[in-house]
Amino acid sequence: MRLQYYASRDKQQRFFTDFRQSGADSMFLQQLINGIALGSTYALIALGYTMVYGIITLINFAHGEIFMAGAFVGLLLVGVFKLNVFLAMGCAMLFCMALGVVIEFVAYRPLRRSSRLSALISAIGVSIFLSSLALMIFGANAKAFPEQAFPVQQIRIGNADISTLQILIIAVSAALMVTLEFIVQKTRIGKAMRATSEDYNTAALMGINVNRVISFTFALGSALAAAGGVLVGLLFNAVSFNMGLMAGLKAFAAAVLGGIGSIPGAMLGGLVLGVTEVFGVALGYSSYRDAIAFAILVLVLLVRPTGLLGEKMQNKV
Amino acid sequence: MLVVENLSVSYGAIRALRGVSFHVGGGEIVALIGANGAGKSTILNTISGIVRPLGGSIGYEGEEITRQPPHRIVARGVCQVPEGRRVFGRMSVQENLEMGGYTLAGGKELARGIERAFALFPLLAERRRQAARTLSGGEQQMLAIARALMSSPRLLLLDEPSMGLAPLLVERIFEIIAAISRDGTTILLVEQNASMALAVAHRAYVLESGEVVLSGAAGELARNPEVRRAYLGE
Repeated sequence: MRLQYYASRDKQQRFFTDFRQSGADSMFLQQLINGIALGSTYALIALGYTMVYGIITLINFAHGEIFMAGAFVGLLLVGVFKLNVFLAMGCAMLFCMALGVVIEFVAYRPLRRSSRLSALISAIGVSIFLSSLALMIFGANAKAFPEQAFPVQQIRIGNADISTLQILIIAVSAALMVTLEFIVQKTRIGKAMRATSEDYNTAALMGINVNRVISFTFALGSALAAAGGVLVGLLFNAVSFNMGLMAGLKAFAAAVLGGIGSIPGAMLGGLVLGVTEVFGVALGYSSYRDAIAFAILVLVLLVRPTGLLGEKMQNKV
Repeated sequence: MLVVENLSVSYGAIRALRGVSFHVGGGEIVALIGANGAGKSTILNTISGIVRPLGGSIGYEGEEITRQPPHRIVARGVCQVPEGRRVFGRMSVQENLEMGGYTLAGGKELARGIERAFALFPLLAERRRQAARTLSGGEQQMLAIARALMSSPRLLLLDEPSMGLAPLLVERIFEIIAAISRDGTTILLVEQNASMALAVAHRAYVLESGEVVLSGAAGELARNPEVRRAYLGE
């Protein structure tokens, strides 16, 4: 079967073409690419969860709303200020870096020494605050990117049709993840992040300003989420105040699936989740689309409680 | 060099330190000895700024450093080798040393520091790319000491450096401590191994349930019958 070009409103449908109508070979490749594109966006968001958790063992439940904020900033810049998509994405990333740092400073830092539950409740509070704020400013209807925001064309590779949008998503995600890996492995602040995540107190004893490391971690994670927001906004051509909820939950599932605290784990978890979800839908279980992500999560955790690449939790003495 | 006055610390309802006072002079090795839970590590962690005191003051080189953040205290030249070594296990030996030199200004100073560490501990040079968790206990202790020396501290705080090591290695560690002292670094040493600590130290304080109960020259304390009975196993 040849994929038709769908009107942009129905881009979402293109993802989930019925598997059974097609020759299995071509559809496999097709769905794999669809899955990788979707999974890349999950991975981008999941990285923020996993990095923050790795350093201060907090599930930042406001992370999905940072993703949403990134999508709106991108939409505004493209729609109102007619900025180029890449420029808009860069600005959205900068905006969300600041947003993430401010959230940490206002909502989490004062609670650093209180119970973990207090910080978690604070995170949920921030999440509700941000989505309500977006609802007030932008209204309840989903907004779309203008048609000309990114010219979508289909490219035929073998038996599969890839859209330029999918290539954009995969390329941008890959580039961001390579950059992240470079920062974490090679730079001074990245090494300090790893040290802090291994042993918070000892990192402080070495003269590392841990507060600055934590701010930097929030900035990095939020920038990735913002990029994810713009890409998802383009992909589904819909940006809405509540888009952070499900995307956030799925990315969180991806982070746990890969092993929370592990950066490669979040990347792998996101891809596994995206690919499985797309194949599940292609096999005809489209009404269970969201359930698939969480079903995999439950299954993997039953077999491997630490996640795919997670390390065994060690109780610190 | 270091003057601790009337220091009190509590963890929730538990009083860990009750009005502890002591001082460390420049160039000295001073030992804090005492049983488990006497508050020895708490003292070091309060000096390093990890634990906030309830009351009292810590003066370093004539300036008050109480309640300063840990990284400022390191920048002033006070560095700690924490209890249980606490090397960054997933990071390489070289990266561990880089973390020790985090407060250094530039790459040149860092490279010089690493070279100095490798000269002092040639074994670490051989394993520079290895993850720190693959080292043996003794090697990890050497790495922990080398890492703390990276910031060129003027006051080195050592928390139980002999813990869990074989007797031969314990001797080697104490030789290193003496050598560091000869190079001009002042040392505050916390030890349960009182005989080794008293052998290397100039002066010592004995702690019991958060209070200083005895103090004096190390040689004198080693001859004190009470100390011999309680801490030297006689």
